[in-house]
Amino acid sequence: MNRITKPLVAALLATSGLTSAALAQQTHPETGEALAEDQTFTYRVLDEHSSVDPQVVEDVTGSELVRDLFEGLMNQDEEGNLVPGVATGYETNDDNTVYTFTLREDAKWSNGEPVTAADFVFAWQRAVNPELSSPYAWFMELMSIENAAAIIAGERPIEDLGVKAVDDRTLEVTLSEPLPYFPQMTTHSTTFPAPQKVVEEFGDEWTRPENIVSNGAYILTEHLPQERSVRERNEMYWDNENTIIDRTIALVINDENVALTRYLAGELDRTEIPAGQYPRLKEEHPEEAVSFPRLCNYYYTFNLSESGPEAFKDPNVRKALSLAVDRKIITENIMAGGQPEAYTFTPAATAGFEVPQVDIASMTQPERDEKARELLAEAGYGPDNPLEFSMMYNTSDDHKKVAVALSQMWKQKLGVQAELGNMEWKVFLEERGNQNFDLARGAWCGDYNEASTFLDLLTTMSGYNDGKYSNERVDELMAQAKTADDTGPLYTEVEEILADETPVIPIYHYAGVYMLDSDVGNWPVNNVEQNWYSKNLYKIAE
Amino acid sequence: MLSYVLRRILVAIPTILLLIVASFFLMHLAPGGPFTSERKLPPEVLANLEAAYGLDQPLWKQLWDYLTNIVLHFDFGPSFRYKDRDVNDIIAQGFPISLTYGSLSFLVASVVGISLGITAAIRHNSWWDYSAVSLGIAAQALPNFIMGPILILTFTLWLGWLPGGGWNGGQWEYLVMPVIALSTSYIGSVARITRSSMLETLNSNFIRTARAKGLPDRTVIWRHALKPSLLPVISYLGPVFVYVLTGSVFVDLYFSTGGLGQSYVSSALSRDYAVLLGVTILYGGLTVIVNLITDLAYAWFDPKIRY
Repeated sequence: MNRITKPLVAALLATSGLTSAALAQQTHPETGEALAEDQTFTYRVLDEHSSVDPQVVEDVTGSELVRDLFEGLMNQDEEGNLVPGVATGYETNDDNTVYTFTLREDAKWSNGEPVTAADFVFAWQRAVNPELSSPYAWFMELMSIENAAAIIAGERPIEDLGVKAVDDRTLEVTLSEPLPYFPQMTTHSTTFPAPQKVVEEFGDEWTRPENIVSNGAYILTEHLPQERSVRERNEMYWDNENTIIDRTIALVINDENVALTRYLAGELDRTEIPAGQYPRLKEEHPEEAVSFPRLCNYYYTFNLSESGPEAFKDPNVRKALSLAVDRKIITENIMAGGQPEAYTFTPAATAGFEVPQVDIASMTQPERDEKARELLAEAGYGPDNPLEFSMMYNTSDDHKKVAVALSQMWKQKLGVQAELGNMEWKVFLEERGNQNFDLARGAWCGDYNEASTFLDLLTTMSGYNDGKYSNERVDELMAQAKTADDTGPLYTEVEEILADETPVIPIYHYAGVYMLDSDVGNWPVNNVEQNWYSKNLYKIAE
Repeated sequence: MLSYVLRRILVAIPTILLLIVASFFLMHLAPGGPFTSERKLPPEVLANLEAAYGLDQPLWKQLWDYLTNIVLHFDFGPSFRYKDRDVNDIIAQGFPISLTYGSLSFLVASVVGISLGITAAIRHNSWWDYSAVSLGIAAQALPNFIMGPILILTFTLWLGWLPGGGWNGGQWEYLVMPVIALSTSYIGSVARITRSSMLETLNSNFIRTARAKGLPDRTVIWRHALKPSLLPVISYLGPVFVYVLTGSVFVDLYFSTGGLGQSYVSSALSRDYAVLLGVTILYGGLTVIVNLITDLAYAWFDPKIRY
């Protein structure tokens, strides 16, 4: 558009009443920054999303879409704090087992119909319905909603789920046990409402752009599988007036280096920075290369089950291996994206988690190496009797670099022979899940922002405890934490036990390492779960 | 001729059946399944999912149901990963894209490659020949996964002429780089084969006879030498056609075209059995058809071949 037609079109739009809130509004209402005329946010996704059905979606990419398309009871703000969504607030009974949410009156579906408590009841029952067989049905179990487990197992009808519409504006949820972080969990896509009529009319195809009805700030207008998906402003959304971004485009670009090139060519507003490239990009584009902590850890787990090597049954051996890992080399020379070194299983960024002062963290690396040599010698391994084991990771360049670095550190410092093996993802999961390994890579991203989402992994009963670590005291403490008012001391003790017994070797905690266009306003860098909403972003005029 | 075609089609049916059965069992032999994930599913959820997709049935039953669905309803089943799409949808969406830039790449590779080869042969040992041969070798040494990043860096980042990826309904700006990336290495091979075959033909007795008759060079080359020299090129181009469609994985990956190659690979990685099998059958069927066409083309190019 040239200089003459631009104002002309703007004027035409304004007079014809087609103007959107953003066009009329030239500056940001709070910050006063001048807003760009084109409020389109374009970002790269690694892979095609699995679904935009809130009860079915299971991947990060899909959840990002679902958070824009649908709105649950509560949302998160830029810091990750709870703010009202469809619900204006909630009350609980004395023992925190019954939550009563009050829904706002002006919440509407994109077809103009009101969002009611019944829509939530329908969605939550749908999530546990064996007929839908949602891969995220377990989330309802994790939320401790009454009877969820029995319904999923097909032992009770879905109507028995502990969720009830008292009236159109009141939703009552009954839990099987009190759960301090329950309200946080209502920001998760599995709990978002679903439009019953539309779901029943179109079946599995209700989420296609031509059929979908949603209640979030955006509606899905275009979807080209493996290429792009486009979501546009939902005029029916209750807070549409305060929404600035008109359109969000997700482009599927599998190769991260191609994505970076396309970012640099100006095609994208956001993309991930490949490992190792952050320092260079930070120097060249100081305003755009950003790094901030995320709620994920990267570790290696010992196989402590029957099938695991005898040597690993000795905590001193495990501790020696953990001590000899120079985490600084891995975070600064390999990943180089501002990842924090990890000495605890839970990332420091986790809400309410006070990082305990474990010994290993306060030692210098030479001290650690010295101690490692001592411990390994004590355990009976040395030049004449070298420790040998295999370590496996899933196929990826970055994981390979880390694994090679680890094995070299162990070899040089301790004379340990670690044999590397990589496997394609699904094979890797199968082998690790069946305890067919000595030492295996692991990583975990929190399902919610609380330390138990990590520490539960190392309890005896956990289905994700592939190393089969078992400690009664840990189990006991984690059980207490479910209902305790002050969980701090409990988690500290668990981390101290973990540091002492070393069932896993924490390596580093993840960082979000992005190229983010400096035009993009309000990206929630402090939200460690990276739960972002297009409606909170804006594009600044260049 | 007709009976030959019919015979070939009859043989194709058991071939494809064998392909399905072999792929089916190989696929199930690979560790992990469509619902293996880091967030391990509770056993009851897993059981529900497996029942919903019929994975709880014995393998032979699954295979039988699969085959009968194809034969009776032309239904290749639901995708295990994408709930709102089935295999037919995925193929209907991705295949036209792969077919578009695949056919264009094939056309470019054949036309440019054959022209280069002929030029080199008729101006044997000249400056033309040397340039064509070097160009061909250079092209052959540039597979699409090298060409992809080079092209994007050049045309998108440095020159800013072309979009770095996407499809946009197949607009020409979006087609240029995929087609160059995919056709380059084939141009090299086609040129090389054409050149050597043309040289051989030009030295044969019937060409000497034609020249002795006093026919002008142009007639000798176009009327007499071209057709027989293309025979080896044809047998090379047949499989290339299937390759440019199946081998387009890197193009899909680098240029995010939304083509079928990407779905093929991701279905294998995510154990999306139905998609994997559906695309395998499509490519298998395509190979059978293209082979048949190649064989029939022989007869036209070489009068000595009769069916």
